[in-house]
This record gives sequence, C-alpha cells and structure tokens, in this order.
Amino acid sequence: MSWIDIGRVEDIPLRGARKLKTALGCVAIFRTGEDEVYAATDMCPHKGGPLSEGIVHDQKVTCPLHNWVFDLNTGAAVGEDASIQTFPVRVEAGRILIDGAQLAGRSAA
Amino acid sequence: MKKLVVIGAGMASGRLLEHLFEEAPGSWDVTLFNAEDRGNYNRIMLSPVLSGERTYEEIVTHDAAWYEEHGVTCRFGERIMAIDPTAKTVTGENGEVAYDKLIIATGSNPFIIPLPGHDLDGVIAYRDLDDTNKMIDVSNTPATKAVVIGGGLLGLEAAAGLRLRGMEVTVVHLNPWLMERQLDEAAGYLLQKELVGRGINVLCSANSKEILGEDGKVKALLLDDGTELPCDLLVMAVGIRPAVTLAQEAGLETGRGIQVNAQMVTSNEDIMAIGECIEFDGNLFGLVAPLYDQARVLANTLLDVPDAFVVKDTATKLKVTGCDLFSAGDFADGENREDIVFRDPARGIYKRLVIEEDRLVGAVMYGDTADGNWFFGLIKDGTEIEEMRETLIFGPAYQGGAAADPLSAVAALPPEAEICGCNGVCKGTIVEAINDGAGDLGAVRGTTKASASCGTCTGLVEQLLQVTLGDEFEAPTAQPMCGCTDLTHEDVRRLIKSKELKSQEAVWQELGWKTRNGCHVCRPAVNFYLLADWPLEYQDDPQSRFVNERKHANIQKDGTFSVVPRMWGGITNPTELRAIADAADKYDVPTVKVTGGQRIDLLGVKGEDLPAIWADLNKAGLVSGHAYSKGLRTVKTCVGTDHCRFGTQDSTGLGIKLEQILWGSWTPHKVKLAVSGCPRNCAEATCKDVGIVCVDSGYQVGVAGAAGMDVKETERLGDVATEQEAIDLTVAFIQLYRENAKYLDRPYKWVAKVGLDWVKERVVDDLEERARLIAAFELSQSIYRKDPWAENAKEAEGFQPLADLTLEAAE
Repeated sequence: MSWIDIGRVEDIPLRGARKLKTALGCVAIFRTGEDEVYAATDMCPHKGGPLSEGIVHDQKVTCPLHNWVFDLNTGAAVGEDASIQTFPVRVEAGRILIDGAQLAGRSAA
Repeated sequence: MKKLVVIGAGMASGRLLEHLFEEAPGSWDVTLFNAEDRGNYNRIMLSPVLSGERTYEEIVTHDAAWYEEHGVTCRFGERIMAIDPTAKTVTGENGEVAYDKLIIATGSNPFIIPLPGHDLDGVIAYRDLDDTNKMIDVSNTPATKAVVIGGGLLGLEAAAGLRLRGMEVTVVHLNPWLMERQLDEAAGYLLQKELVGRGINVLCSANSKEILGEDGKVKALLLDDGTELPCDLLVMAVGIRPAVTLAQEAGLETGRGIQVNAQMVTSNEDIMAIGECIEFDGNLFGLVAPLYDQARVLANTLLDVPDAFVVKDTATKLKVTGCDLFSAGDFADGENREDIVFRDPARGIYKRLVIEEDRLVGAVMYGDTADGNWFFGLIKDGTEIEEMRETLIFGPAYQGGAAADPLSAVAALPPEAEICGCNGVCKGTIVEAINDGAGDLGAVRGTTKASASCGTCTGLVEQLLQVTLGDEFEAPTAQPMCGCTDLTHEDVRRLIKSKELKSQEAVWQELGWKTRNGCHVCRPAVNFYLLADWPLEYQDDPQSRFVNERKHANIQKDGTFSVVPRMWGGITNPTELRAIADAADKYDVPTVKVTGGQRIDLLGVKGEDLPAIWADLNKAGLVSGHAYSKGLRTVKTCVGTDHCRFGTQDSTGLGIKLEQILWGSWTPHKVKLAVSGCPRNCAEATCKDVGIVCVDSGYQVGVAGAAGMDVKETERLGDVATEQEAIDLTVAFIQLYRENAKYLDRPYKWVAKVGLDWVKERVVDDLEERARLIAAFELSQSIYRKDPWAENAKEAEGFQPLADLTLEAAE
C-alpha cells in the first residue's frame, strides 16, 4: 500500500462527491452525511454516467443518468447484476488518503 | 512526616487526598495550592448553581474544617510561579515550599478563540465558580442578552442556566448539529428542538467572525454571514486544553498533556500528575469516572501498593438540562456496518444501534435511555446478537419472546386506548364506526375524525380496519413516496405545513423516515417542499438536487454539460450574441443550437469549464437561463404590437416582465410560459403551463397545457383587461402550484387532480387569497431571484477535480 494525500475531507460537500483525476480515468471520492469517505470508479457500468455527480444518500450513490444505485461499501449495484470498483481510502487528521498501489494496479477498463 | 505538595484543588486531587487520609492517616504532611481562592467543590454541579437550583455552599466537598482535621496547609488564591525538580521545591506567589513528592493537578484551561474582541469585558469562559458568578451578575439585570459560542455539553448547560435566569440566549455552534462528538445528527436535532422549545435560540453551522464592543464592553457577536447577535454577555465554551505550562517549564515530558505512566508518575520519579492535565497512552480525560480511577491509583502509588490505571471504554449517559442522552461505542459508519433505527416522533424518542459482524459496536439514544447500560454491556462483551436482532432495539424486556406482529399488537389494545391524539379518538370509537359501516379510511375519518388532522396515526387506523373487517378490508392504493416512508407525497406536504417542519432532519424524525437521510427519490422532493413552504427558514440543499440543478447546467450522455443563457422574452442583441459566439470559440463548444423556447444552447461544455464560461457570459450581462431547473424555464413571445400588423397588445413586453418576475423560482416541475400577441398564436401559448393570448379587449390567461408526452390545450383561468391583472393571475397560479403540487407533477397533472374550479376559487375569485399568494411568492423570490451562475462562478474550486494524479504518475 502506498497512501497518497488527495485533499481535505471538507473539500467535498457533505452528502456529495468530487472527482479525482488519475492516469487511468477518473475516480469519484464520496463523503456521506456522517463524514465517511469512499472511493470508486467514476463511471456507471450501465451507460458510463459520472457517479461523482450523483445524489449521495446513506452509504449509497445514485447515478445521475438512469438512477442506478450503488452501495459504496461493496460497489455492488442495488437490484442489478453489476458493480463498480471501489478503492481503499482512509482519513487521517482530516485529510483523505487513497491507496496509490490499488489505483495503479486496476485495469484500464 | 514526608512532605507532599499538591498543585490544584479539583475533583481529582480532592478524591486523592480522601483516599490517602483514609488508608494512611498521618503519614503525609500536605500543602495544597489552588489558584482559585477556595478549596475543593463539585465542579459538575456548577450548572445547577448557575441556574439557581443550588447554592455554592451546597456543592462544597471539602470545607475548612476538613482541611484542618487532616492537617492540610491550604494556600488558596496563590499561583505557583515555578517548580524546581532538582532542589525539589515549588515557588508560590508567597514563597517557597520543599517537597518529597509533588502532585500536579492543574486541570485544564478553557480554549478561548482568538476572535477580534475576545478580550472585551463581558467575554468569559465557563470553567469555575468565578465565571459562574459573573454570569449570574449579568443575568440579574433585566432584559439582558447572552450568546454562548459552543454547542457542546458545557455550552448547552451554560445556555440553559442563563435562560432559566431569564436571559435571552442564543447558542452559536460551528458544526451542523449539537454535541456532534456524542450524538449523531438525528439525536442532535431532537436536542435542538427541545432547547428551542425552552426559548433558547440555536444557530448551527454558524461561524463566529468578530466580537463587537463599545467602551471596552461586549456589544454583539458578528457571524461570517453578516448576522449580528446583540449581547451583554458572551460565553465561550468551545473546549478545554490540559494546563501544562508549569510542567513544561519544569522540564517534564508533555504531549497534549503531561505524560504519565500507569502509576501516574511523570518523567520525573518524584512528580506525579492526575486529572484533566495529563495524557496517558495518547488519551486525554474530561469525564469524572476516569479521574476518580486515577486518584485511586495515585494514592496506591504513594503508599507503595502496586496498582495500574487502565483506560476503560466509557459510555456517556448525560442529562443535558433535563434531556436524556446516551451514547456508547463507535457509532460512525464504516464498511460492513449496519444500522437499526427506531423513532417515535410523538414521544420524541430516537435510538440507533450500529452493528458490525453480528455484534453491537455502538449505540446512540435520545429521550429514552433506560436500556443504555444493557446495550453498553453488549458492546463491551462483544455479544453475538444475531438471534435477537429483530427485537434488539426494543431492549432486554423483549428478548426471547415470539416475533411481534404489528396487527396482533393493535388487536391487543384495550378499547379505551387512544389512537388519534389530535382529535382524542380511542380504539373503541373507531371499531364501533367500522362496525356501523365505515369501511375505509375516508369513512372512518369522516365519522370519527381519527387521523384527519396530522395524519401520523393513519397506519394505526388502517390496521384497525384490517383487524375489524378481516378479508373484507381493501388495502389503500395510495403510493408512498418511496421505500423510505409509507407516506404519500401529499401526506408529506400536508405534514410539513401542519407540523411546521423546517429542516430535512425534522422531516426524517417527525415523520418516522426509515432511512438515515432519504434517497434519490424522496430527498429532492423534500428539499423542494421545505424551500417552497419555508423560504426564509430553510436553506436550499444542493446535495439534495439532481446533478443539473446542482451544477446549474444540463448533463449530457457523455458527462459534458449544456449552457443556456437567459434571453428575456426571447429578445437578444449583437453584444450578447458576440459574447455567446466568443464563449463558444473559447471553450471549444462542439454544438450551438437554437432551442424550442427561443434561447441559444451551447452543448458539450466540460464540467470544470462551467464557472469560467459563466463568468465570461456574466460579463456581457447574460445570466443563467435555468434550462436545467424544475423552475421557470422560458417565456416565449411573439413580436406583438412592436412590429406585427396583427398584434393587439405588447406581448413581448409582457413576456419580459413575467420572466423578470418569475426567474429563479423553484417549482415542483419545470414551468414554461408563452405570450402571443393575437389569436394567431405564433408563440404557441395554448400548449404551455401558463399561456397568455392577447386580444383587443385584454388578455386570455390559460393554464395547464402540455406539449410533451401528453399534448393538451390550456384551460382558461380567466380573461382580464389589464396587463397587471394578467401578471397577478400568473404569479398567483404559480404560487398555488408551488404550495400544493406533488414534486415532478407538471401543472396540467396537478390541475387534473385538484380541478380547475378549485384553482379558480383561489386565484381568480378570492381576491384576498390571490393577494396572499402573490405576497408569498414575492417573499420567496427575495431569496431566489438571483443569478446562480454569478454565485457559483465565485466558488469555482468545487467544480474542479479534488486532485489530479495524472501528472504524478507521469513523473
């Protein structure tokens, strides 16, 4: 694991998300109403919608294009046989750290 | 006799001395220093002293006689200047004392935010009896006001005490909810509601900027948003810090606090420390239970009895000014964690259990904390709860029984049990009505009034119908909003109004939402209902809006956005067109299209370019066209009397006026208008949400048209003679729609439900109601009639990626 500091928790709105640009495409960084932080591919497997623009509720996000709902803990789509890749993140002293090794190691798809 | 010097007479050192004199009387010659000019008293009881329920004398724990009896040399009101660990002496203001063992129990200092004006007279912390007396002094003057910064335990106790003394009190809290360390948002909401009910103003998410003064005395607190809170007393209760200066200067090891080992010994073997000033194993201590443990351990250390201090998991059971709170364990969410939530709006009860791998890891409770210790036991012991999971939240009394059937519970109620609290209807009356032929909810409401007011007992009444009628009962077909609630949109709207719910948290709690903060279906709807009904009190929440309304642009299938500037009434000019063309060039806009609503659409703009393109368009005087919103979209016009030989009225001018009045307002669904200058209807007004057709004698105002999935001609709301009346009818109609329609119902769907006559009665016939609707709309527009592009261009940061790792990877 190689943890990369990508910014402050407060830089993401409560119940919101921001994009993280990486060499292999965008990753969405989510902040829930209870201040938990999650990371997942910023692309809905259905039609490629940007999940970072979706509504964050509970520990889930709804895709803005066609309302597919994903559980941010597992990446699984609710009621669909599909999932998004999630990435380990942790918060230290209010800063968000993401595992660089996982980011680099994922498939480009 | 060995010499023991103790610095600080607080809860911890007081308990230590008690242990010492009990176990080994006469073995230590004690000198006790205290910066306060008094001995040990029970600091936990300062709040009742402040509120007037107790006196200082009642909370003294050790009086002069006690100190004398145990031969303690008291040096109260004397500060320690220095400790000399080599010579083993301490120097007070009145001279030096030698020690064999020294105990530092200096406690903590209140943290004072270094705001401009923090040194004004009347700005105080809330820590000791002197602070308390100062507060009481100020409150003795009638009609004085206080502001308390900090909505933690101490701040709320101060606020409640001052309120009981008759002051007007406002609590200013930085976080979104009160006591955020001990409570989650829902419990924080209930606490706030309780405090507000006692006449305390509570401002959350409020950032203090400056303390304003006059003649060296505090006058008001200024917040970041410009609010000025006048006050004669300002209490800062934002936290405490261990008092470590003395120890630091003596060369002892300190971190956040004075570092001690499990025997309470500092880095110098003859100096010990206990209480709020220490740091042990990375922990600081603020509650009294661990302090008492430390006192016991230190007494044993001094008596050479082996003992060690252990940090215990503590549950917090608090009574904040009479509100029962309980929190234990870890109640933040995490992977593999699940919640069980129980809410009882009527009794103001909230309970939440956090479960991880079939074990309880955290619990928060408000209102009913009787089972707190049982839950705390489950957390501490890591008990497997799989078996009792379904009834866990009801507490120990419900374990081991059969699973509860809600119907059997209702069936078991005695006839005199009250079902509808609003109208005082009991079960027997309802059952009688059902047996006499009231076969559905409407009939029961009609005959008994049960569930006809606030509606929260609707479920119970339905269950009674089911129990009484058996198979004859047909379940109601009303669709709930979504899986988060059994209430319909209409129910929720009605309840938001009748129960005066003014925040999302209020809706979740009072209406018994099953999820923590709704979902993508209900949250945007609730957000709209709240801002439509309470424009001044409720603040629009961008995170409860679909992407288009949050980004003020329409998302396209490839994730880019479209940008449509407003063209009032469809009129533009060369300067605006040049600015649009320049923007299209500068931001590589692939498609420029003229829309059906007479506007120009720039399609394919990248999300991160949005603030910049808006700023450029703003410079040319162009503002958001709201082509993305559930709100006023466009007012389409024809050229009317300006150029057209058939025009009867100034349709362009009326269109522009309407657009300038209506723009920026949020509505249940999008609203499109048109004004045609004559019955030839070039602006296609007769298929709009509101369409006005000008005629020689005036204006025909039509509403509830459609030209989408359904096509429908408008229905005539009224014919009026003047332009002002046409505007008034339009505004009143839209406000009525805003106040009553279901979210995502276009006006034609809503009018079909309520009937055009119902609308006419309010908008056309009842002039008083028309005036009220117009005034309500204007009030709302005082907040919302502004350009969101200009607002958002200022906060361009949020539109950029959080971070860019592509460059890093390239290196």
